[in-house]
Amino acid sequence: MTAAANTLPARTIRIPAPTVLAAVVVVLFVIAAIFPSLLAPYDAFHVDLGETLRPPSFAHPFGTDQSGRDVLSRVVSGAGASLLIGLGATAVAAALAVVLGVAAGLGGRLLGGGVNRLIETLFAFPVLVLALLLITVFGPGVSTLVIAVGVANAPGYARIVRGQVLSVRRSEYVEAAHATGHSPARVLLRHILPNALRPLVVAGSLGIGQAIVWASGLAFLGLGVAPPSAEWGALLNDGRTYVTVAWWVEVLPGAVIVLVALALTALGRAMQRRFGKESG
Amino acid sequence: MTTVAEHSLRARGTRTRRILGRAVSAVIVLWACATLIFFVQILMPGDRATLLLNQVSGEVRTRTAAELAPINRQYGFDQPILVQYLRYLGQLLHGDLGTSYQLARPTTEIILGQLWPTVSLMLAALLIAWVLALAVTLATAGRGRFRSATGSGIETIAAALPQYWLGILLLLVFSLALKWFPAEGDLGPRGLVLPALTLAIPIAGFLAQLMRDEFTRALSQPFVVTARTRGLRERQVRAGHVLRHSVLPAVSLSGWAVGALLSGAVIVETVYARPGIGQVLVQAAITRDIPLVSGIVLVIAATYIIANLLVDLAYVRIDPRITTS
Repeated sequence: MTAAANTLPARTIRIPAPTVLAAVVVVLFVIAAIFPSLLAPYDAFHVDLGETLRPPSFAHPFGTDQSGRDVLSRVVSGAGASLLIGLGATAVAAALAVVLGVAAGLGGRLLGGGVNRLIETLFAFPVLVLALLLITVFGPGVSTLVIAVGVANAPGYARIVRGQVLSVRRSEYVEAAHATGHSPARVLLRHILPNALRPLVVAGSLGIGQAIVWASGLAFLGLGVAPPSAEWGALLNDGRTYVTVAWWVEVLPGAVIVLVALALTALGRAMQRRFGKESG
Repeated sequence: MTTVAEHSLRARGTRTRRILGRAVSAVIVLWACATLIFFVQILMPGDRATLLLNQVSGEVRTRTAAELAPINRQYGFDQPILVQYLRYLGQLLHGDLGTSYQLARPTTEIILGQLWPTVSLMLAALLIAWVLALAVTLATAGRGRFRSATGSGIETIAAALPQYWLGILLLLVFSLALKWFPAEGDLGPRGLVLPALTLAIPIAGFLAQLMRDEFTRALSQPFVVTARTRGLRERQVRAGHVLRHSVLPAVSLSGWAVGALLSGAVIVETVYARPGIGQVLVQAAITRDIPLVSGIVLVIAATYIIANLLVDLAYVRIDPRITTS
């Protein structure tokens, strides 16, 4: 123990080891997404027909795929697209949730009731099934994937916003804001929304990992982004054909998806504990 | 003053009214689902008749008005939207879910033909999920820090496993490497083991997480102390008294579990190349067979709604406090 360590204030927060581990995984994920060349050992699109379907080794930790491309490099280079899809889908879900949740919480009998019904109706569809319907109708592609996963996840967030708006609108400071003559729009923007959104931010950060898993699942089914892309779902869909002869092309990218999703969820939970219970 | 008989009669009256209310609102949500599905179809970019013709012939080109006219007439695409909507609802009331573009067969017939493999998969998975969740909870909840932490770690990971990955892992290990189970195409009980396990494990993780919380909370309740002072053994206290308290909230999650089973079945059937509704749905989505997808999605939503209704009703029966509140 050094002197410096002894003088640290007693209220230093002790961060549990799993949270630290989760943070490391997330940081690596973000680095891979922004600067893939820092982590990728090879060019992800370099085809080498003499090195096809090689099992994991020191040279290729994740092995090579059917075109001799390094699987680890492909996973790293796909991180950016997957992160964008996860963020995009969560943003779509959150935006829809704010509109629906505020309308349901503040609208009168007719509007509020109607929007409430719409939220409950969307709830009657399992996430994957609703996303499948939207992709069928609007045709496959990145933007459809993002919108489909976003819309399918929206009702859960909308319920959170609605509940929060309902409890905030009856609070004393909102009454005070009304009483001091602020316009309804100002009360909504300055007083109700900021407080209603805090739990949404926590829920959304928990949801990014889930959104990545849903999007990869849809791509696994063959309803995602077209093959030349190294997006994670596309990797899985690609690897499916070869899984019986080369397990690594499917199992290792899948393991990375699971790890990242777990890490994002664990980090979200830690935030939830740290920033209060109201989002529970 | 009311007599006991009067009171129970009144309670039964509110209960009947409550059940009726729930049933009516389930029907309304179902109608809203059908409406939503109909309008999503209307929003489709491009011309529906062109898409249909291109799908059936397998080529992509612009169609002439002469080619499109008979299709528009046959499917009613040339009618006003309100007329189309009412016609759609009318067909639904007659049990007609539309006709597949690709297979040229009624959706209802296709679904009925594929029903059993999917239902048996879901039932087996639900059973396995409950057994696993109960076993993990009973073995680890409230039994010292190390065992509890291990149990809750297993649950968290299980709940986070995507079925597409878990399925492939189980398939590689138990079917291709160890050869304990057939790889695919076996519809008998042996072929059901791996798909049902794949479907069950993440759901078991969720159920166990919920049960563990309730279990630990119930362990510190006064009735547990009472049971212990009466000299009951630890096992009797856990299985007989505490478990009952932790199962009830998990039962209320069964409606959600049915939704998870339906979503999961879509993926599991694809991983194991098992016939079933999920497999048909994925194929139809890939070929953009809109009527078939819409029909199956509506059936899935209906199943989900009915499952939630049944859970609600069962809850009213199990927990008498609900009727009075």
